[in-house]
Amino acid sequence: MIQTFFNPDIIAASWPIVLAGLRNTVLLSLLVVPLGLFGGLILALLASVRNHAVRWPLMAWVDFFRAFPPLVLLILLFAGLPFAGLELGGFACVAIAFFLNTGAYYGEILRAGIDSVPAGQVEAARSTGLSGLQAMAYVVLPQAVRNVLPDLLSNTLEVVKLTSLGSVVAVPELLYQARQAQSITYNPTPIVVAAIIYFLMLWPVVRLLSRLENRALTG
Amino acid sequence: MTGSAWKRFTETFFNTKVMLTYLPDILSGVVVTIELALLIVVTGIAAGLALALLRSLAIRPINWLIIFIVDMFRSLPPLVVIVLIYFGLPSVNISPSGFVSTWLSLAFVLMAFSEEIFWAGITSVAKGQWEAARSTGLSFGQTLVNVVLPQAFRLTIPPLTNRTIAITKGTALGTVVAVTEILGQASSAMSNSYNPSPLMMGAAAYLVLFLPVVVAARFIETRFAWKR
Repeated sequence: MIQTFFNPDIIAASWPIVLAGLRNTVLLSLLVVPLGLFGGLILALLASVRNHAVRWPLMAWVDFFRAFPPLVLLILLFAGLPFAGLELGGFACVAIAFFLNTGAYYGEILRAGIDSVPAGQVEAARSTGLSGLQAMAYVVLPQAVRNVLPDLLSNTLEVVKLTSLGSVVAVPELLYQARQAQSITYNPTPIVVAAIIYFLMLWPVVRLLSRLENRALTG
Repeated sequence: MTGSAWKRFTETFFNTKVMLTYLPDILSGVVVTIELALLIVVTGIAAGLALALLRSLAIRPINWLIIFIVDMFRSLPPLVVIVLIYFGLPSVNISPSGFVSTWLSLAFVLMAFSEEIFWAGITSVAKGQWEAARSTGLSFGQTLVNVVLPQAFRLTIPPLTNRTIAITKGTALGTVVAVTEILGQASSAMSNSYNPSPLMMGAAAYLVLFLPVVVAARFIETRFAWKR
């Protein structure tokens, strides 16, 4: 059992490969989380224009990406676009897919946050002479973000986990590297190691979320 | 766009002949996706509810174990779990098929998330409710079923539907371990025909399956929203 799943020789041999994957997973997360947040912020700001002609298409946009599996979106970009003469490479496809997919999720969360700030706050801010944009940036958004912080954190956790999809389009992140090491060594140890790394990296976030969620319900 | 460019575009991405040829494949993929999704939802949520109820018995070592399992499946990417089961278990002479690997993995993940949601729902019901119910002569089980769970469910429905959709969409991950669901069928049809039309059909099939669920979830969310 230990020879199969926790083989020390194989851990030693595959460690550099897996470590390179971990570095890429961290870098990829540092790229796609801000990208998704940026996309979400655009959607949420557009939705704060209380106009049905704007809100309905946005709702359709968000629902579209909630219904569409991220892997299908990724494959569509990676394998479909070359037929239109556009070859983007795995990394760019992951970036675009995450911008669209996680942007929709972040957008929905931020929109709920903005909606949770009472209208009186905007009126008060405007009456002190702040412009609409200033009121949004300095008064509404800080409160909105605080109100939905657990949801934002929970979505960020999902985004980091989702970077593992990069392995399907040959982005050398943690899972991809582990599978490479597994196929070289004919031993599942590298995948077990990758799983343990994911767990150790994300467990603190899960614990924190658990506490935040319980406090939100009982507090 | 000029007429010929448009024609070339539709012939590439919406080629009628290719679509008709591979329609049966995509449809069989739809059936597999639905089977897989239903299995995941039923077993995952049932297991999650069972764990939450077990946790309410407040037996320390069991609760620690439950929390550990839940945390584990919340921190591991679903694709990692699938790969681990599919490529790892054969080394100890258990060889689950891609279908079984995907089903088990996503059911475990849904179990973890739904346990957390059910548990949050149960703990949110005020302690006074328990005490009041017990003092009227209801047993522990009766209190749970008739007093606590109905209140807890109302709170759990919006987050539960969201999670369930997000995890069920993950059936597409089965492609990686050769499950012949929609994406798998569409991908192989694409490489056989050297034309992306099957992929467009597959994408459309996902929308047809999941868009109504998402819209229904949005309705449920507003309908069951807990006014605070």
